[in-house]
Amino acid sequence: MSNLVLMTLLLMVMALAYQLGLTRSKRVAVTTNGTGFRMHSRPTYHGMLVAFWAVVPAAAIFAVWSLAQPGIINALVLAQLPPEFQPTTDTEQRILLRRLANLASGFGLTEEAADYELAAAAYLNQLHGIGRTLMTALMAAVAATALVLAWRRIEPHLRARNQMESIIRWLLIICSTVAILTTVGIVLSMLGEAFRFFTFVNPLDFFFGTTWNPRFSTVGTDGQTGFGMLPLLWGTLMIALIALAVAIPVGLMAAIYMAEYAPSKVRSTAKPIIEVLAGIPTIVYGFFALITVGPFLNQLGASFGLEIRTTSALTAGVVMGIMIIPFISSLSDDIITQVPKAMRDGSLGLGATKSETIRKVVLPAALPGIVGAILLAASRAIGETMIVVLAAGNSPVLTANPFEAVSTMTVTIVNQLTGDLDFASPQSLVAFALGLTLFVITLLLNVVALVIVRKYREQYE
Amino acid sequence: MTPSDSEQTKTQQPDLMDLAQKRDLMQQRVAASLKRRHASEKRFRLYGMAAVTVALSFVAILFITILSKGLPAFWQATLTLDVYFDPEIIEIDEKPVRQPGESDGAFQQRMLAWQTDLGFVNFNRIILNSLAEVLPEAPRYQRDAMRLVTSGERFGLRQLVEDNPAIVGQTLRLKLLADANVDVWLKGNIDRSLPDSQQQLSARTRAWADELAERGIIRNQFSTALFMNADSRSSLASAGLAGAFMGSLMMMLIVMFLAVPVGVASAIYLEEFAPKNRLTDLIEVNINNLAAVPSIVFGLLGASVFILWFKLPLSAPIVGGLVLSLMTLPTVIIATRSTLKAIPPSIRQAALGIGASKVQSVFHHVLPLAIPGILTGSILGVAQALGEAAPLLLIGMSSFVASVPGSPFDQSTALPVQIYLWQGNELRNFFEARTSAAIIVLLALMISLNALAIWLRRHFETRW
Repeated sequence: MSNLVLMTLLLMVMALAYQLGLTRSKRVAVTTNGTGFRMHSRPTYHGMLVAFWAVVPAAAIFAVWSLAQPGIINALVLAQLPPEFQPTTDTEQRILLRRLANLASGFGLTEEAADYELAAAAYLNQLHGIGRTLMTALMAAVAATALVLAWRRIEPHLRARNQMESIIRWLLIICSTVAILTTVGIVLSMLGEAFRFFTFVNPLDFFFGTTWNPRFSTVGTDGQTGFGMLPLLWGTLMIALIALAVAIPVGLMAAIYMAEYAPSKVRSTAKPIIEVLAGIPTIVYGFFALITVGPFLNQLGASFGLEIRTTSALTAGVVMGIMIIPFISSLSDDIITQVPKAMRDGSLGLGATKSETIRKVVLPAALPGIVGAILLAASRAIGETMIVVLAAGNSPVLTANPFEAVSTMTVTIVNQLTGDLDFASPQSLVAFALGLTLFVITLLLNVVALVIVRKYREQYE
Repeated sequence: MTPSDSEQTKTQQPDLMDLAQKRDLMQQRVAASLKRRHASEKRFRLYGMAAVTVALSFVAILFITILSKGLPAFWQATLTLDVYFDPEIIEIDEKPVRQPGESDGAFQQRMLAWQTDLGFVNFNRIILNSLAEVLPEAPRYQRDAMRLVTSGERFGLRQLVEDNPAIVGQTLRLKLLADANVDVWLKGNIDRSLPDSQQQLSARTRAWADELAERGIIRNQFSTALFMNADSRSSLASAGLAGAFMGSLMMMLIVMFLAVPVGVASAIYLEEFAPKNRLTDLIEVNINNLAAVPSIVFGLLGASVFILWFKLPLSAPIVGGLVLSLMTLPTVIIATRSTLKAIPPSIRQAALGIGASKVQSVFHHVLPLAIPGILTGSILGVAQALGEAAPLLLIGMSSFVASVPGSPFDQSTALPVQIYLWQGNELRNFFEARTSAAIIVLLALMISLNALAIWLRRHFETRW
């Protein structure tokens, strides 16, 4: 019986149990009517409770059994092999088990199978059958027992609603811990792998080294390699700065215009269109940089006698700037409109023009919020991957020239973890150390930004 | 102020004259500066307008570039030929039929043997013969002739025979995809004046391509290959998005069934039930931060937890779906919480007032009102996950997969990753357009998801 059938059966049991609980509670309600007892809970709660008890223990058995069965069966099969054929290494054992599984499923092998293998495969098949039957039987027994017990508990006093509600509450609590577990998972997994990396490479060399040159793991770590992070950090910062240099003037001025000047019709069409920029997948920006912006900048540079490479820090930065315009413009727009009207009226009443009011009154009042928005956009730019993978040129050297190709932390993470690398070498473990650094940097930026934004909000609300 | 007035003041109070003069000067200064200030006002306003225009034109340039590059790629050079399935070339036995009592393995083996036989059939000859019908010179210059048709078509013909062996001996009018280079040549995506040494096709093939196009045998036809085929490296003209689409679809389903229920449940707990204490504060801060963690970090998490610890397969949609679910979770939680926050407390109080329990008030009264907002937030979260490529690169989804995945445990790619793979293809002239076409497909999916979300919000929105 396949797992799918089993799950379907379980669902049917659930429906049946619900119905049984429902009808019994209704009957109990009718028979106790007039005897002075009133049902504590509505029939649906009784039904739900019975359904819960009928299905959840059985499903738990299924989960535990499915996890444990392969290991136990493999151990049993290996135990009954004649001693002379016992596999000696892990790899041999894996290959043997794979062969046996193929034999057992009836698809045969490319070469002839030995007698002992045939016997083992038959035994494997037999065990599978037994395991399956046992599990199904156990599930059926548990489901039936739990169903009957839960069903017989139905009586006027049973506080079915309260029990069901506490079950629901626990489910909700379990769900809300998933987010925490994710953070814990991120931190633990990155810390673990990063520490493994630091057993190969001195942390000081990593954080303050100026050469980035991780050889392939086959070459070994023989002094030739450099795991200095600074060129990557510098590339990341340079691209982020260029992006901010593009996005801050455009985003901020657009926000000011839309919040203070634009007629509502312009505002209601332009704002969503600009926000489209935030929804476009970053891989699309990367491609755009590669085929349009890069060649354009290259030609522009040529006409001024400058040599701008098609894939350079400038290309990646400009395109990334386009991407973060809406982050700055929407957030700043919200913050500017939140500045109280009385402040504007006061300034206008003293004879200031509108732009003076904006520059001298509204913007200073909104400044903390705008800084927060810019920091959020900056953290977005630092963690951005696909644009830089395609458009930054991937050359990890320390250069101050934005027209040259650079590399960033995110690009390097992708480069080190794609392709055939084993996870035990410093060449791939370095990705986790870089990821941890990236995580910490963006976390700090976000925390600072959130604190600034929150502090500002408290002033006016 | 008239001059006589000022004279009067001058004679009466000399101090006042000074003052009046000062005021006069001041007014002149103000009047003079007014012009400057108004000009600066105008300039400021113009800057604002310019910024909005620049931002809007970025959107326009982006879409125009992608559309102008990608739309032509939906139509592809296709040959319409009469193909004779010559029984002398296709010498194979009857297709095996499953005997009663035959085991799975044995039948599979016979089937494989038959398919191997079929694999030895020279379908290139069949294509060449049908080309000879329209180009009598073709058999003399086999290499040049075979460059006209993309190499994957021989497998297409084999598949036709495999599906229905009865067509052997018949002549069918079939549409065969032209080679990618022929498509490039006919569309003018390569400079026609380049010397032979720099052309991908020989002079004869190019001349034939032009001739067949003129005779209407090669025509630009809507490319079903783009949608029906999986990726291909040997036969570039028939590389398609089907595999990536299925991979993305599976991952989106996983996101919908994992991230949305878990996210909504935790939002309900945090917003409606959780006591205000240290722990819930921690969860809240944590969720806000999680929403801003770079997506590539989730890829690292997937690589180390799902692949290294749990030993789940590389490149599988199940891992991609799990990673994207974790990434989407904070988005769903934040959207649901803000929807729940917007529902007035009077609803809850009314429910509690007539004797509903806390759980009943939430599930019977608050949640139904919140459903449109929750749906909108969830759809936006799913759309965001659909466009994400970076974390998928780290769990091996950037490997080349030439088949459509049948289950979430098979190897697969995803739409954004397929775009990444295609933009790196060496045959730039062909793949620039095809990548843009793939982007159009991805954007169309995302836009329709977003439109659905906007429609839901407009249609069911309640203002309190």
